[in-house]
Amino acid sequence: MAQLIPTIKSNIGKRERQEAFHAYVFMSPIIIGLLLFTLGPVIVSFWLSFTEYNLLSDPKWIGVENYIQMYGEDLFWQSLRVSAIYSVVSVPLGLVLALFLAILLNQKIRGMYVFRAVYYLPTVISGVGVAMLWRWIFNGQYGVINTMLHNIGVKGPNWLIDENWALTALIITSIWGVGGTMLIFLAGLQGIPQELMEAAEIDGAGRWQQFRHVTFPLLSHVTFFNLVLGIIGALQVFTDAYVITNGGPNNATNFISVYLYRHAFIYLNFGYSAALAWVLFMIVLTLTLLVFRSSPIWVFYESERQGKS
Amino acid sequence: MHRPIIWFRRRSSQQFLMALIAVLLLLGGGVVIMVPFFWMVSTSLKQAGEVYLMPPIWIPSDPQWVNFVTAWTRLNFSLYASNTFLIVSTVMIGTLFSASFAAYGFARLRAPGRDFIFMLLLATLMLPGAVTLVPTYLMFNKIGWVNTFLPLIAPAFFGNAFFVFLMRQFYITIPRELEESAMMDGATIYQIWWHIMLPLSGPVLATIAVFTFVGTYNDFFTPLIYLSDDTMHTIAVALTYFQGSAKIGPKMHLLMAAVSISVIPPLVLFLFAQRYFVRGIVTTGIKG
Repeated sequence: MAQLIPTIKSNIGKRERQEAFHAYVFMSPIIIGLLLFTLGPVIVSFWLSFTEYNLLSDPKWIGVENYIQMYGEDLFWQSLRVSAIYSVVSVPLGLVLALFLAILLNQKIRGMYVFRAVYYLPTVISGVGVAMLWRWIFNGQYGVINTMLHNIGVKGPNWLIDENWALTALIITSIWGVGGTMLIFLAGLQGIPQELMEAAEIDGAGRWQQFRHVTFPLLSHVTFFNLVLGIIGALQVFTDAYVITNGGPNNATNFISVYLYRHAFIYLNFGYSAALAWVLFMIVLTLTLLVFRSSPIWVFYESERQGKS
Repeated sequence: MHRPIIWFRRRSSQQFLMALIAVLLLLGGGVVIMVPFFWMVSTSLKQAGEVYLMPPIWIPSDPQWVNFVTAWTRLNFSLYASNTFLIVSTVMIGTLFSASFAAYGFARLRAPGRDFIFMLLLATLMLPGAVTLVPTYLMFNKIGWVNTFLPLIAPAFFGNAFFVFLMRQFYITIPRELEESAMMDGATIYQIWWHIMLPLSGPVLATIAVFTFVGTYNDFFTPLIYLSDDTMHTIAVALTYFQGSAKIGPKMHLLMAAVSISVIPPLVLFLFAQRYFVRGIVTTGIKG
């Protein structure tokens, strides 16, 4: 090292060193933030996952005990099942619906911005208030959904109290908030050159063929982006599960995030909840990598098109 | 790019039919989106006796505007609103500062390791919050910050990966000539950032401000775990305590009045910024 420093110094001029210094000053909030609020906690959390810690006494090293306990815990598997079902249903359903809406909203019709605003509204007004509104909407006796079902002669389930229906209720809630994904698709659609669509039309492509062979391939990187964000988001949903059903009934909506929250802040099992967080992290990482690995098959990048033509 | 907006671009009857179907579908979906909000306002204006009627009344015969006043005072909304706006405004200042400041370094200045730090920053977008949750909580607990606003506020001053990314992408579209001539005139790099880059960044800063407002205002989890004292709660947390508490009991009309009040700030902001920011996302958007 001692030998290296002078050579580096002589290679890098004074101007460059000054520039680098200022660069670090500008980046300093990020560097500090990364160390203090991300990298540091990630390392500590990994270590904590091998300990038993409840705030009262010092963390005690217990090896992989937390992970073994997790393996034998029915509630842990239940939470994985709930999060998996929720993600597998709500993510694809949300993507298809969002894309469909974006295509509709992409038409050049006067006043379309009103529709765009309406569909985006639930994304802005989300959170606890709306979660409580959903509780009232899903009320088995007086809720608006069952009232409407009653009007067409269907007896609605007791959504939030029935363990067979509670998760469905939460999926419906998530679909209602599909506007954020829709808007990103819309942004992608607006980036597709009009000439391509017109060329396809002149070549005699029907609506479906246009979609299948022009729109969808050119939009696939946006779909990819939305899919990754959708998976990450669905596996971490908390507010709805906590406020609307609080994990119940009979753990039917005991999402992994709710399970983790309880272990950390109700039972004060900080070691166990850190282990849960790492399992969640590994699941997210694996799924994200799988999506990335699969992307050459179905994601089409602009540069390829230019390369081919 | 400036195509005249006309009702239907092509005159063919097939195209007319397609547009008509699209509008009908969108109208149907729009109703589905709006019904919950309508139900909320409708319930909040009812008398206690009207709430649990079958079949339900959609438009209350005698709207009870007083429900909003009752909900406001029973929930002690003034206190929670001031807590919330203190937190939201500080977080906005912190986020705007850290994102615009740090992004300048990533966009314009060269330094060893800069790109590595940037990639690391983007990688953190995939990290579930749960992983850092426990150690961060323990750290704030150790320095005695639990039950203060600081754990909610302080991280905002150290950057948000997505917003830094957004700012950087914007900065690199700005031509360098302005900065170069300012440099000739003897301006320091920090003056250039403050006097040249920031004034040019209005639209991006506004976008970040709106997203930060909505995100922080709607955030439930962070205040839930850090603010245990009743007087420290934000609107989001206070609402959950209001539900089913002795202050309200099963009075759904008061609860819905409180919920209606709680959605007003993001709603007003959205109505103000809507054309601008829905369009902003759509046109600047994400490029693959």
